Amino acid sequence: MKPAPFDYARPESRGEVLQLLAESGAEARILAGGQSLMAMLNMRLAQPRLLIDIGGLQELDYVREEGGHVAVGAAVRQAELLRWPALREKLPLLAQALPHVGHFQTRSRGTVCGSIAHADPSAELPLCLAALGGEVVLESVRGRRVLPAVEFFRGTLLTARRDDELLVEVRFPVADSRSRYGFTEIAMRHGDFALVALAAVVRGDEARLGVGGVADRPVVARIALRGDVPEQLNALAWSLGAEDDQHASAAYRRQMVRELGRRLLEETRP
Amino acid sequence: MQMPAPEPSAVEAAEIGRARERIEDAALLRGQGRFADDLAVPPGTLQAAVLRSPHAHARIRRLDASAALAMEGVRAVLTGEDVKRWASPFAVGVRQPMQHWALAVDKVRYVGEPVAVVVAEDRYRAEDALERISVEYEPLPAVVDPVAATASDAPLLHEAVGSNVVVDRRYRYGEPEKAFADAAHRVSVTVRYPRNSCTPIECYVVLAEYREADGSYDVHANFQGPFGLHSVMARALNVPGSKLRLRMPPDSGGSFGIKQAVFPYVVLMALAARKAGAPVKWVEDRLEHLLAASSATNRVTTLEAAVDPDGRVRALRYDQIDDCGAYLRAPEPATTYRMHGTLTGAYDIPNLLVRNRIVLTNKTPSGLNRGFGGPQVYFPLERLMQRIAWELKLDPLDVIRRNLVPAHAFPYRSAAGSLLDSGNYQEAVERAVREGGLEELKRRRDEARAQGRLYGIGFAACVEPSISNMGYITAVMTPEERAKAGPKNGAVATATINVDPLGAVTVHIASTPQGQGHRTVAAQVVADVLGIDPEQITVNVELDTQKDAWSIASGNYSSRFAGAVAGAVYLAAQRMRERLARIAADMLGTTPDRIRFSGGAVHADNGKSAPFHRVAGATHWSPNSLPEGECGALRETAFWTPPQLAEPSEDEIINSSLCYGFLFDYCGVEVDRVTGRVRIDRYVTTHDAGRILNPAAVDGQIRGGFSQGLGAALFEEFAYRPDGSFLSGTFADYLVPTAPEVPEPVILHMETPSPFTPLGAKGVGEGNNMSTPVCIANAVADALGCTDVTLPLTPSKVRALLGIDEPPPPAAAGAPPLEAPAGASTLTASGSVELPAAPEAVYAALLDPGVLSRIVPGCRALERVGEHSYRADVTVGVGPVKARYDARLELRDLDPPRALVLNGKGVGAMGSAEGGGRVALEPLAGGGTRLRYDYRVAVSGKVAAVGGRMLQSAARMLIAQMFERLGRELGGPAAAPRASWWRRLLRFLGLRR
Repeated sequence: MKPAPFDYARPESRGEVLQLLAESGAEARILAGGQSLMAMLNMRLAQPRLLIDIGGLQELDYVREEGGHVAVGAAVRQAELLRWPALREKLPLLAQALPHVGHFQTRSRGTVCGSIAHADPSAELPLCLAALGGEVVLESVRGRRVLPAVEFFRGTLLTARRDDELLVEVRFPVADSRSRYGFTEIAMRHGDFALVALAAVVRGDEARLGVGGVADRPVVARIALRGDVPEQLNALAWSLGAEDDQHASAAYRRQMVRELGRRLLEETRP
Repeated sequence: MQMPAPEPSAVEAAEIGRARERIEDAALLRGQGRFADDLAVPPGTLQAAVLRSPHAHARIRRLDASAALAMEGVRAVLTGEDVKRWASPFAVGVRQPMQHWALAVDKVRYVGEPVAVVVAEDRYRAEDALERISVEYEPLPAVVDPVAATASDAPLLHEAVGSNVVVDRRYRYGEPEKAFADAAHRVSVTVRYPRNSCTPIECYVVLAEYREADGSYDVHANFQGPFGLHSVMARALNVPGSKLRLRMPPDSGGSFGIKQAVFPYVVLMALAARKAGAPVKWVEDRLEHLLAASSATNRVTTLEAAVDPDGRVRALRYDQIDDCGAYLRAPEPATTYRMHGTLTGAYDIPNLLVRNRIVLTNKTPSGLNRGFGGPQVYFPLERLMQRIAWELKLDPLDVIRRNLVPAHAFPYRSAAGSLLDSGNYQEAVERAVREGGLEELKRRRDEARAQGRLYGIGFAACVEPSISNMGYITAVMTPEERAKAGPKNGAVATATINVDPLGAVTVHIASTPQGQGHRTVAAQVVADVLGIDPEQITVNVELDTQKDAWSIASGNYSSRFAGAVAGAVYLAAQRMRERLARIAADMLGTTPDRIRFSGGAVHADNGKSAPFHRVAGATHWSPNSLPEGECGALRETAFWTPPQLAEPSEDEIINSSLCYGFLFDYCGVEVDRVTGRVRIDRYVTTHDAGRILNPAAVDGQIRGGFSQGLGAALFEEFAYRPDGSFLSGTFADYLVPTAPEVPEPVILHMETPSPFTPLGAKGVGEGNNMSTPVCIANAVADALGCTDVTLPLTPSKVRALLGIDEPPPPAAAGAPPLEAPAGASTLTASGSVELPAAPEAVYAALLDPGVLSRIVPGCRALERVGEHSYRADVTVGVGPVKARYDARLELRDLDPPRALVLNGKGVGAMGSAEGGGRVALEPLAGGGTRLRYDYRVAVSGKVAAVGGRMLQSAARMLIAQMFERLGRELGGPAAAPRASWWRRLLRFLGLRR
């Protein structure tokens, strides 16, 4: 469990990061909190030539409300966001979901953007971003682009990030007073990867229901609450391509989408 | 030598029985523990890394380490050839022609089996070099299921044995046939106990040197016994025991029996040091540990009872199939025989039939693991007791009560030979019922059920053996074989006490503790005997096989400390006290029987006294002034072995352990109807472990065992796919309970001293590992009202027991979904793409090596090795994860232009991968082609062990990628796949995906 040789850079500015990415592209990996990457390096599952450490970049360490969303910079730790005083008011879904992200030790190191860039299909933060209809901001020396979450997540550990791009910021839409937010998950133990995670945003007669842990990426469905909710949840459950693994069967995961989904929608409804 | 045990009451028990804080903690809490990895290494020490098999079963065709040896900083590579030259196979406990070498020499038989050792200047370089060793394997079919392994046509692990069943023995006690013939009822269960382990925090560490001058090996290792294995190691190294100096560090990061299995690595690293001509250190990492260190045996048991109408059990019939993994590694099959005398548990059942089969499968070899053999017996036995109650419509607790060994019957000889030393099981049960609040728990159950919730209560009554008979394992042999081999019996414990010229006391014990607090308790025992403060006593627990007193039973296992080792400490202290009493009597003008030791002084009944250090000092400073017969200086070593531990008799009676504690557990659990999650409402555990030496240490043992038992019940399993690939290589997949998952148990005690140990104490370290898994399982079965519960009781499994009545996919969706069948051994992918070319052109492209090299993801350097057969360097990746394979690709079953089969297999540092599938082409109107593919991929080795969660979608994606690239090869992007039923469904749902 020792990594293969790699070069390590700790740039002083975001411009320098982008320059390094422009030069090294696919050979480089961004190191932020290291909670997923370090384990992959040690197991030699990942063998990048260059690690670019952005953990110390002050200019990416911000949480701010602007233009109807909360922008979280790439250096912000999960624990920092959890401590953000306005979290419960502005991002009630994240206030519920963040305590399920790993353990307090891993949240002290792990970053919000890192979890989203890693795109683990069982992770809570990508699910919340997708359910809220948030965005990611990608930057390279060629410029900057903003992608909706649903276009960003492409599969297990796969995203639309190009090799020379840095995910500089994620944007969570600020809660609106007419919506209600709910989160639930079932995991083997406290802090484990979710077997099934669900995030709901209910507004009027419609809900956006996000499902994590089942498909190869977070999936969001619109549920018409005046319609036949169980039937819609059943259709959603079948659509996710659930698979058996050593921790849970595909049938179990589908059933959790149906039953926990219904429970969550009932609880979240105004 | 057998010594009469002095009467414990002769000593004032101020310390024994007191919950003294642990002496060990002052250093441990300051980070000043001295663990194996902290020990200073000699100058020039090199670091080792182990190359491990990615295959569950394969023949090794060729191994080429030249590229690794050419790397900077790499000093040696040890291979099977070296091991054959310098070593011998490990001794095996049964007479079968099986060879287990420190490195695989001809075949690999489990994923993770050591194949070569790289020795380099640091671990990083050593691991770099592992990736450059090229091994050519010929994969063979694997067998992982113990029942399947018994089939005559099962893949054979050891050809010379001719069967995977290496032991098949039957035992008969009493008149079981008659009891079954006369029985009013017969009740039976068939259960499977899973593979799991107690996973110490500290993994294996070995530091080895070879001394060329005298051909000896000097090894430091965190080995923790039994030291009978020292003989196994020395014989494997072809040296006398004196030339394998084995030294153990003062502190341990836990073992729970598991450190026993560091012994093959002691031999392996000793040989690596010899090859490198320098000291070699190896620190096992977590992946290596979970993959290949050791494991409890998994067992399949059919257990049948002959039962009276009132629930009284007259006879038991066991059929046990124990899976010891790929090799019968010493001391296996001890798992099976440790409990042999105790197969009737806490019950008075005079008639018994047993069939034991030991099978080998393509899994990591099994070994010592806390509870050793206990959970495998109590799971079927206590499940059976519940089943008897259910079938006879009796109260489960009444069935237990009715069968318990009567209180007046001790010492009680069980059917197969355990001599249950002491106890009052009825009183323990009544105390547990009363003080643990069983009635309240029943009320909670009734209330919960009235509200429609799922609540159940489970019970487990167990006898907890401690202090293993060194001869029990020979019960695996026939009486004739035993007669030929000579008797094996007893269990020697030893302790040494030294008093220095300043009167300070040092104690040495050969118990290699793993965190239980042996130093504290040994100091308490000596303090009471010599009347001094425990703080003045230094206890050394390091062990050096060249200098210290030890024997084959030494070490830390079978809960032998309190009964045997603390007993030997007591005896050594008594001897020291007798000597000091004679000397003091002479000094104080009285007789030895009128001398009392207390408060750091020696008192005569004539009112005179002398400080302890004065009396002790005299033996060093003025030996010629001592009474007649005293030769000066103070050092006493006691050896003690209990006479009750006889070898197995001709009629197979075996007292497998010296002491038998009793525990009775019950718990209330609630099961969430939706998620299937099991919540422990209350857990009550009642122990009678004889005399308690330190109540805090005892409760610590109980909490630890309970946590691990809970883990076995609800979370932990070493999972293998049917092809033998291992799936639990990290703590994200091998799930150990953490603080939020472990409730505080209600712990109750009772003390019925053992008549057979010097202090009346028995072991208490393993009881809950035995009782808790089945107690929780019984409660879950009660909550669910179902008979078949299999560990671990994960939410998914429990929910499946409740039944998942799945509505079908909505009709709008059309075709049923594509999914892997449950328990599939491989990953599958199927799909179709539309290609902008005629079938003939598509077919020609597939046969073109140039095209093939461009469409196979990550393919570099495709080289033709035969007709439609290629060798390629393939790197496949998902996101940041990359795996590089030395691959073979092959096109078969050509049926132009309609179909072909494309197979590939590869091996690399990340493990092995094999896949194949059929490609079918059909013409489309308009000149295009629809290509359908149906693939399976099997991955093994590291990627499978650590990335199970990711594999399915990765395999699908890579294969889809291949055919999309084919589309581009054929002029333009592959046409979007025809909207499948589920994509239509997604649109129907408004899913933005």
